[in-house]
Amino acid sequence: MTRILIRGGHIIDPSQNLDAIGDLSIKDGKVEWLGTHNAALPEAETVLNAAGLIVTPGFIDLHCHLRQPGFEDAETIATGTLAAARGGFTTVCCMPNTQPPLDSLASVDYVKQVASTEGYVRVLPIASITRGRKGLELVEMDELAKAGVVAFSDDGEPVSSSRVMRLAMEYATRLGVPIIDHCEDKGLSQDGVMNEGWVSARLGLRGIPAAAEEVMVARDIRLAELTGARLHIAHVSTRGSVEIIRHAREKGIAVTAEVTPHHLLLTEERVMGSEPGNNTLFHYDTSAKVNPPLRTRDDTTALIKGIKDSTIDAIATDHAPHTLVDKLCEFNIAAFGISGLETAFGCLMLLVHNKEIDLITLVSLLTCKPAKIIGNKFGELGTLRPGCPADITLFDPDREWVVDSRTFASKGKNTPFEGQTLKGKIMATIVQGKIVYRDAALKLKTGKA
Amino acid sequence: MRPAEQTIQPKTSDTLPPLSTALWRHHHVLDLDDFSREEIELVLDIADAMAEVLQREVKRVPTLRGRTVVTMFYEPSTRTRASFELAAKNLSADTVNLDATRSSVTKGESLLDTLRTIQALGADIIIMRHHHSGAPYIAARYINASIINAGDGWHAHPSQALLDIYTIHKHLGGLTDRKIVIIGDITHSRVARSNIWGMSTMGAKVVLCGPPTLLPPGLKEFIVHCRLSQVSVETEIEAAIKDADVVMPLRLQVERQQSGLLPSLREYVQLYQINGPRLSLARPGALVMHPGPMNEGIEISPEVARSTQSVIEEQVTNGVAVRMALLYLVAGGKSS
Repeated sequence: MTRILIRGGHIIDPSQNLDAIGDLSIKDGKVEWLGTHNAALPEAETVLNAAGLIVTPGFIDLHCHLRQPGFEDAETIATGTLAAARGGFTTVCCMPNTQPPLDSLASVDYVKQVASTEGYVRVLPIASITRGRKGLELVEMDELAKAGVVAFSDDGEPVSSSRVMRLAMEYATRLGVPIIDHCEDKGLSQDGVMNEGWVSARLGLRGIPAAAEEVMVARDIRLAELTGARLHIAHVSTRGSVEIIRHAREKGIAVTAEVTPHHLLLTEERVMGSEPGNNTLFHYDTSAKVNPPLRTRDDTTALIKGIKDSTIDAIATDHAPHTLVDKLCEFNIAAFGISGLETAFGCLMLLVHNKEIDLITLVSLLTCKPAKIIGNKFGELGTLRPGCPADITLFDPDREWVVDSRTFASKGKNTPFEGQTLKGKIMATIVQGKIVYRDAALKLKTGKA
Repeated sequence: MRPAEQTIQPKTSDTLPPLSTALWRHHHVLDLDDFSREEIELVLDIADAMAEVLQREVKRVPTLRGRTVVTMFYEPSTRTRASFELAAKNLSADTVNLDATRSSVTKGESLLDTLRTIQALGADIIIMRHHHSGAPYIAARYINASIINAGDGWHAHPSQALLDIYTIHKHLGGLTDRKIVIIGDITHSRVARSNIWGMSTMGAKVVLCGPPTLLPPGLKEFIVHCRLSQVSVETEIEAAIKDADVVMPLRLQVERQQSGLLPSLREYVQLYQINGPRLSLARPGALVMHPGPMNEGIEISPEVARSTQSVIEEQVTNGVAVRMALLYLVAGGKSS
């Protein structure tokens, strides 16, 4: 097996408090050796010159939609995982809202099998909580946990019955697998299509109030307290949710939370396709239609504060690719979702460049912190410690690029960031020692030196 | 591209008087939020000229001869559709009426495909009614033909707002500092939303009144964000209607009660119906308007609907003149 050497990069690995210029070697799919720069280097067949780049553990996405089986016109495991690789993600957890849903051993095995042959990055399936995601009967959770699902979630069709949710949590306590909830009281959100606020009032669209999320966050936290289950709140979008989660953490309840790049960066005004203050020239931009909806500046501020004080553990993309047909239509009937894997990192770096969060915090939310939620069941992820899987991301924090969905690997071209200049670019992604993505500007040196 | 100023034509019995369209800058008419006061006044002026045509024995001018106007209605409509169709015919346009509730749309064709087909058939102006807010904006973004929004979901109904403004203007000589009260189901009302923009641009004070469950969440923030300082919100009818110059109840759809937004129609009638005693709180001679269709006995008492203060039928008549003006302006003011 050949050796890969990554030379002269700025290594940031929050799992070992590492933040220094150094070299790293990979052998047999694992991190072999890590050292300060100019130490005696092992010989390597492939050398990546990482000078000026940052080297981190591969990013972990706790929440994405790969659409296979069932919706292969929107995404496949092959295209979705290539998009992940281009976005710097080495592990993605895929949601069960496929057709058939991931509610049985057969469908989970199918995803694992396709991922093992066609996938570019590690795919960890999330099974549904209930059969058919109908909120009535639990799936065979023990069998699925043994088959290697990373979590359980009914995602976009959250379990409305508090009793069923309680039973799922109770049952899960002996499995060591978290329950992930997309918190939405469907009675309260009632066919809403965007945030409830001044923009929805203006556009004549049905709004989704912040409370639709917050009442379910509160319910789930009470149930987690009652059952002792591990609860993970998906895509937190409101100030109220952050406050409820913060309070629960202070009480020692086992709840973790994720936030998406779009909820950190964009607000409800984006639906108008214009800047705040510009009252005209708007249109109903379906690329900004997402659930939970884009909220307000007050909410994005609270989410960033939640990141800073560790109320929020992870950044997840909620990558939700859709076909053009599903987005190029009336706003009310357009599909919810943003194709996010390939823009996530560049978007997040805007927050770093604006000094809203620091780079080490960002890297930890993409690596060791989500790894902790997953646990060690799939190997030690989110770290560059020698002996651990060589899942590595290299990026240039200052390289500018323009979002052009035509160049996406993802079939989903639905992005509200189209045409935007982002600063911060993934230059290479390595999964288990294999380079699965490399920007053309990053030169490789191969052959024995 | 803005059309050149219209040249003067000789005034004969079958043509229009000279009309200056220099201020006009709209290829589409989607809402009144991007209309200046001058533009609205232009519509009113031209509507006056059109009203004169409507007084003639032969209510027809050749202005839009050779132009194709397509009405595309995704929602049942009687008066708006008939009004636009008559307006187009009075201007000698070729008209095609497409009932999208029972055409290829029901076979699964997308909005944009339907629009592209209509454009390919040669439509110059598409008049569009749609049950989803924002649908005409998609059309305007991807279609070259002029789009006139004839009502989109809960969002906007600019020609209705213009005919409301025209009617008030004719009776009160202007809207400046006039108090106009719009009462009822504001949440689901595209008429209210367009009037918020149009009437406040014309200097009126607009009061939106209804039970809290029929006022859209975020309404007050919307008013603040868009600096609509002339617009206010009131839940008590007596306070809203006091000294009003115009009283406009909105249609209350029975489904609102069924979907839980109201305890009962009976209580709505008790609290918000415009009846004689309530109307007496307004200025003497205040205008009573209604965008139609009315639910007499619900939002408006039959006596008020038929009173001398009611200009409800006149609104309908004015609607044709205002829509002729819009078609004329959107077509570039050019005669064939």
